[in-house]
Amino acid sequence: MKVLIIDYGMGNVGSVKRAIEECGVDNVIVSHHDYDFEDCTHAILPGVGAFPDAMATLNERGITDRIKKLAIDDKIPLLGICLGMQLLASKGTEVSFQDGLDLIPGIVQALEPAIGERIPHVGWNEVQFTNRSDEMLNEIRDQSDFYFVHSYHFIPKNEENILAYTPYAGKFVSMIRCGNIIGAQFHPEKSSTAGFQLLKNFLNI
Amino acid sequence: MLWKNIGLVKGVGFNSWRRVGSILPAVKVYNTRQVDEMIIVDISASRDNNQPDFEMLSEIAHECFVPLTFGGGINSLEHITKSLRLGADKIAVNTAALANPELITKASERFGSQCVVVSIDAIMHEDGDYYCYTHSGSQPTAYKVLEWAKEVEKLGAGEILLTDVELDGSMKGYNQDLIRQVSSAVSIPVIASGGAGNLNDFSTAILESGASAVAAASLFHFTQLTPLEIKRHLASKNIMTRNALVNG
Repeated sequence: MKVLIIDYGMGNVGSVKRAIEECGVDNVIVSHHDYDFEDCTHAILPGVGAFPDAMATLNERGITDRIKKLAIDDKIPLLGICLGMQLLASKGTEVSFQDGLDLIPGIVQALEPAIGERIPHVGWNEVQFTNRSDEMLNEIRDQSDFYFVHSYHFIPKNEENILAYTPYAGKFVSMIRCGNIIGAQFHPEKSSTAGFQLLKNFLNI
Repeated sequence: MLWKNIGLVKGVGFNSWRRVGSILPAVKVYNTRQVDEMIIVDISASRDNNQPDFEMLSEIAHECFVPLTFGGGINSLEHITKSLRLGADKIAVNTAALANPELITKASERFGSQCVVVSIDAIMHEDGDYYCYTHSGSQPTAYKVLEWAKEVEKLGAGEILLTDVELDGSMKGYNQDLIRQVSSAVSIPVIASGGAGNLNDFSTAILESGASAVAAASLFHFTQLTPLEIKRHLASKNIMTRNALVNG
């Protein structure tokens, strides 16, 4: 097993790397190099920050094409975390309309808080599963809490791509999946036991 | 959790610090005990005018798999950038914020208010008002706690970590009056700290005094109570805390 954490200079890749190591994986590489994309068994796209900056950086460094090849041609399991999940979308709307990686059809929009709710949505919140039989949710009980920090959310075009919702700002999609491509809006690497279980489930794909 | 150069410490009234162990084993234990967040402050940094202990932060972040707040000696945006890169999710400032309130605004504009925790160390003076202290409770300031709390909210703080210096480490109970005053003066979350000694202290701080979160240290170091028991107690009072439901 070789787990690639895709490094494009945004976000704290260190926490993700440590959490994967803690799951018992020895070979965890933080990289944006071609050769690491070619022989990895699993890939993780982390990210904290703004959608346009992230896409610009991925495009400039030629990482966009590498991610698409890995996910579409090679069918390597790919997990997008937080901004990394949002980048999987067709389009982002942060600042202006922007092309995303277009790996799962959908767009990314700002959360619209209800009265009394704050943005960014920060803290532990419930993840309600829509598809209990998905292997990503093995051994995790429905409505477990995970740790969130975000102001935008992914609106998938196809309902069958939705794995979970979280009851905030109305209700937003907190997990998505399309075949080997998976996204989590929360931070499993900061979500203690439930987070570890989710990462282990991903590594078992 | 507080640490000095000698290791993980616990004092009483911010004095007579006792060494209660090494920090890393403690972080590992708390990871398994269902704490929702960890706040780790280097109490010697500002007092001794030292830089933040980034080496220690890095080691702690390595073992911490819940959100981590780091404080002690942070006085610039560069310090904050470095702390976040090393794995902190939030930073806590007190001494530097009182000396340079603009730091709060600049930090929340650059990194988002969710990562800026302003720590307030309060002591009641003879006039009956609470005043802010800096340098680990050793230096008084002219700032009244209520005024400063409202001010930091305006400046962009995301949370207030509120500690009654004289009760800290006493396990005599939180200063519920102080918590009530500050919680009703601001709309940002107030974390109650300093003095928790039994289960009811936690639920009272939330239900009656208006705290959004409760912090404790001595209680875990010196009694048999665990974070999980506190969470069960809070749940029995219908206060929601994180629930981690993993089979087995």
